[in-house]
Amino acid sequence: MKIELSPVTEFLLADAQADRVVPPTGFTAWLTLFSAAAMGFLAVFALALSLATGRLADRWGNELARSSTIRISAPEGQMAAQTEAALRLLETTAGVASARALSSEEEAALLAPWFGPDLPIDTLPIPQLIEVVEEGAGFDAEGLRLRLAAEVPGAVLDDHTRWRRPLVRAAERLRLLGWLSLVLIGAAVAAMITLAANAALAANSQLIGVLRLVGARDTFIARAFVRRFTLRALGGAALGVVLGCLAVLILPGAEAEGGFLTGLGFQGWHWLWPLVIPPLAAMVAFFATRMAAHKTLKDMP
Amino acid sequence: MKGTAVIELENVAYSYGGGELLSDLSLSLSPGSFHFLTGPSGAGKTTLLKLCYGALVPTSGQVRLFGQDRRTMERDDIAMARRRIGVVHQDCKFLDHLSVSDNIALPLMVSGRDLLNEGANLKELTGWVGLRERAGALPPELSGGERQRAALARAVIMSPDVVLADEPTGNVDWEMSQRLLRLLIELNHMGKTIMIATHDLALIRAAKSQVQARVLRIASRRLHLAGADL
Ligand SMILES: Nc1ncnc2c1ncn2[C@@H]1O[C@H](COP(=O)(O)OP(=O)(O)OP(=O)(O)O)[C@@H](O)[C@H]1O
Ligand SMILES: [Mg+2]
Repeated sequence: MKIELSPVTEFLLADAQADRVVPPTGFTAWLTLFSAAAMGFLAVFALALSLATGRLADRWGNELARSSTIRISAPEGQMAAQTEAALRLLETTAGVASARALSSEEEAALLAPWFGPDLPIDTLPIPQLIEVVEEGAGFDAEGLRLRLAAEVPGAVLDDHTRWRRPLVRAAERLRLLGWLSLVLIGAAVAAMITLAANAALAANSQLIGVLRLVGARDTFIARAFVRRFTLRALGGAALGVVLGCLAVLILPGAEAEGGFLTGLGFQGWHWLWPLVIPPLAAMVAFFATRMAAHKTLKDMP
Repeated sequence: MKGTAVIELENVAYSYGGGELLSDLSLSLSPGSFHFLTGPSGAGKTTLLKLCYGALVPTSGQVRLFGQDRRTMERDDIAMARRRIGVVHQDCKFLDHLSVSDNIALPLMVSGRDLLNEGANLKELTGWVGLRERAGALPPELSGGERQRAALARAVIMSPDVVLADEPTGNVDWEMSQRLLRLLIELNHMGKTIMIATHDLALIRAAKSQVQARVLRIASRRLHLAGADL
């Protein structure tokens, strides 16, 4: 009867004995640690990039989806009629989900940041704003502009948020690139650990032969290597993540308007995200070494 | 022959790639038996022992370890079989970064035994082979004879069913060789199967007065039962 332990319990139970019989390999150890640290550092930036561009894409995307505005400036007497005409026109415009004239309280609220709360709005010639919410692919801005010019002389269509559309696309691409970089960093860690593990196994082939002769099972031998490389990847990545986070921390803070480059960093609980990197690196190292070890051992006497 | 053989070779041939070194060779080690293996240098004694502990696979014929065909054994099966076969290698096969004591305990370590429980056993055995003082030394610091004694201690630490010893007394003085022989004979009295490859005819004669031992000789690629002239 053989008792098969799951790989993880096997690792956790791994005794000091397996560790002791395999001598430390100084140079490989440092190389592994260094590479894992470098990868951890890079992963922090890839993560920061993904999250920051994600935030940007979301915010801009929301603003886009929200609305365009139509501004109606007309003499006192015609304001209501022109507003009415614009709303009727919008009802028959393809790509418009809804249109609504802002109340004077809402307009006051919009102006409050600039003129303070006590603005006597009723006494000022404030234009009427109509909020237009788009649907589907949106409306044809040029066509709408022409029709407004014909029927509502005081109306100006302001679709200023539209220019951001390509920027949102770019931000989404960047977010994707960020995630892709993370995946590539993971793959690079796997490749590097596999190479290092193979080198360590080859350097210890005589020792492995002796262990086999005295009755060691492959899992015992593999465990000694797996444990070592996993811990090195974990330690290295942790170091890299700490340095990466410090580097992100000292980047200039985000401006209120959220310029793209100045917004690179983590916000709020997103600072917890980098904590995921070291365990992930350890997991990648665990499976990479395990595979390398079992593959190598299979071909040994 | 009582019971089934612990190690069995049936019409085994072996070649390292050139001509056949061993041909049509059959051997059956029954439990509790005591064998000597002799033959000129290069005749294939070490090779035959390697076939016996599964390090080599015969080019033809069948090797069975504890009733299991070597060809069908998985790597883990071989590991398990080796825990029941203690081997004194001609070149000792130590790990040079571990102390003598750790090298002797190596089979316990790799099979996951708790070293704390085995401490007394380990100490006694180290004393038996006269290495108590050298237990903390590293293998390269040992003399040839000390190495062989340590190798024998390692071969028997797991109290294996079979002990295969390749020239275990090549480098020790007569007194020590008698001491090592006594250890092996004692194990044999406990029911263990012993096979010793050696050139030392005096050792064989000394043993024959204490145990019933069969003496096998490899000559011209085959195994012969040596006559009473020994
Ligand atoms: N790995 C190998 N590859 C090729 N030839 C080998 C190998 N091992 C041993 N031989 C050859 O096989 C023959 C038998 O070797 P073996 O070690 O079995 O002899 P032996 O009887 O143990 O000799 P000795 O008494 O000197 O220890 C020798 O000629 C040796 O050169
Ligand atoms: Mg030999």
